[in-house]
Amino acid sequence: MSFIPLFFALPLISAFLIPILGKIYKPLVWIVSTVVSFVLFILALYGIAVTQQLPMIVYKMGNWPPPLGIVMAFDSFSAFMVLIISIIVFTGSLFSLRYMSNYTGQWKFYTLFMLMTAGMMGICITGDLFNMFVFLEIAAISSYALVAFGVGAEELEASFKYIVMGEIGGLTFLLAIALIYAKTSTLNLADISTSLQVIRHTTFFSMTLGMMLFAFSIKAALVPFHSWLPDAYPAAPAPISSLLAGICTKVFGIYTTARIVFNVFGLTRANEPMVFNILIGLGLLSIAFAGLTALNQKDYKRLLAYSSISQVGFIMLGFGIGNYYGVVGAILYILAHGLAKGLLFLTSGSVVHATGTRDLQKLAGLGERMPTTAWSFRIGALSVIGLPPLVGFFAKLLIIMGAIKAGFIWLAILAIVLSVLSLAYLLKIESSVFMKKGKIDAKTAPFTMRIAMVFLVVLIVLLGIGFQPIIDFVVGPAAHALLRGLEYSHLVFGSFTTNF
Amino acid sequence: MIIFASCIILFLIGLYAIVTKRNLIKIAIGFALIEYAINLFFALVGFKRGALAPIITQLDTPHNFVDPIPQALVLTAIVIALGTTALMLTIILRIYNRYKTFDIAEIRKLRG
Repeated sequence: MSFIPLFFALPLISAFLIPILGKIYKPLVWIVSTVVSFVLFILALYGIAVTQQLPMIVYKMGNWPPPLGIVMAFDSFSAFMVLIISIIVFTGSLFSLRYMSNYTGQWKFYTLFMLMTAGMMGICITGDLFNMFVFLEIAAISSYALVAFGVGAEELEASFKYIVMGEIGGLTFLLAIALIYAKTSTLNLADISTSLQVIRHTTFFSMTLGMMLFAFSIKAALVPFHSWLPDAYPAAPAPISSLLAGICTKVFGIYTTARIVFNVFGLTRANEPMVFNILIGLGLLSIAFAGLTALNQKDYKRLLAYSSISQVGFIMLGFGIGNYYGVVGAILYILAHGLAKGLLFLTSGSVVHATGTRDLQKLAGLGERMPTTAWSFRIGALSVIGLPPLVGFFAKLLIIMGAIKAGFIWLAILAIVLSVLSLAYLLKIESSVFMKKGKIDAKTAPFTMRIAMVFLVVLIVLLGIGFQPIIDFVVGPAAHALLRGLEYSHLVFGSFTTNF
Repeated sequence: MIIFASCIILFLIGLYAIVTKRNLIKIAIGFALIEYAINLFFALVGFKRGALAPIITQLDTPHNFVDPIPQALVLTAIVIALGTTALMLTIILRIYNRYKTFDIAEIRKLRG
């Protein structure tokens, strides 16, 4: 019995059990989703341990051999993504207990929450292009519904915008899949990668690649395609904003882009510098534009949403640099950003839960009333800005080192200058919400909310201090899995498949 | 070739509707058109003129079959499209209940 299908089977099964269990005994819905996400976390740790020895584990659905049936290809990069998803899902679920008590129909929330988890897990471990699309749509449809969960005017409008943008992306991806299938007659990622090398320098090759990059840029909310995100994040309930900002755009946009560009199309900076320059361009544009826009925001969550776009730009920049340091930095940045931005959105949820407003001008003096929230915010913000002992610093440092090694000194300087922007906009929240003296009615955050925030704070600090083992055992192998490029297909076809 | 080109034209008509129309329902129809176009394109990819249905009997050579995989994929894609369209229409209906209009220009509550 392999453990790999459990990653999406467990949340999928619990998503269908939750409505039934909710009818029997209401608190069960929360218990099920928290326990399942914790089990996923343990499984993800086990996955990391297993991928230390084996570069690739393949699970054949229905025991069909690779090019014919759907396979699940689990390598170090998948293991890494699965680990972060499970961390953010676990804290989000923990946080939801008290936060969602204001809403009705909680079982609907947890069902969608688990479906979204299943979809994201599926994207990260599948080895089949159409299967990837199906999981992408499962996760995307549940996230559209979750954004509209509050059914206020604002939520509905944000959700409609998100559907329109997201579906244009999803359908473009589907069209690209149809074109690739027409040319290669296969959907297996490994098989496609060998077939595509035959038609390497044709218009068809660049056209499908362009369509996919377009689709994933919408999903990742990179700057020219970002307009859905600043509406969608503030509208969603805080645990969902935390999940969307922390991990969703990374799985939908960044993971898929990295996997397709490096392993399926087999591109490297040496043989196709054009594509990587486009990634750098999109990254820089996102960092600069979203960072500057964030400075003007008056809404707590909207500011964080713009900050999120800007940080995703850094991740794209790392992949665009394309050498070992750049890719390691980008992958560590996914981890750092997932934890920090997940945490910042949880603090926003805690503030909203206590005061009922997200307006930066109305909020004041919460630093003394909500010490846990305030300190969680500070640690998270410092990690986003990139202060030395925290994990965000090492991620930024590696990306900048990658830029210098690749010979882009100007890019390194630009990245350092632009990261000052994050200091500016995060200080705005700090000064107006936590530092400013003022009176506003606020209760302290409930216990489970604080546990969720403290868990993430501890992770940010620990991973920062112990960043060397993290790079050696988790991030480094993940970067190698990507930089292996076309070797991916050899590993899938000739890989260890029994018992795992 | 003409039939493939007409798929792309259908796709572009749908995209045109999404980008230019101000009525929410018409935007949803635009999505339906795009979905039809892609599904049609996908089904045509596996089609062969004069080939048989893909049921294996001992008499036929494998080259005579229509490729069955695109049909299976289109079936999945239709189900997904059903899900999104249903969700989109539900949200449009909720928006209508709040604003009493389908006009996108009058719904702009969110800035920027």
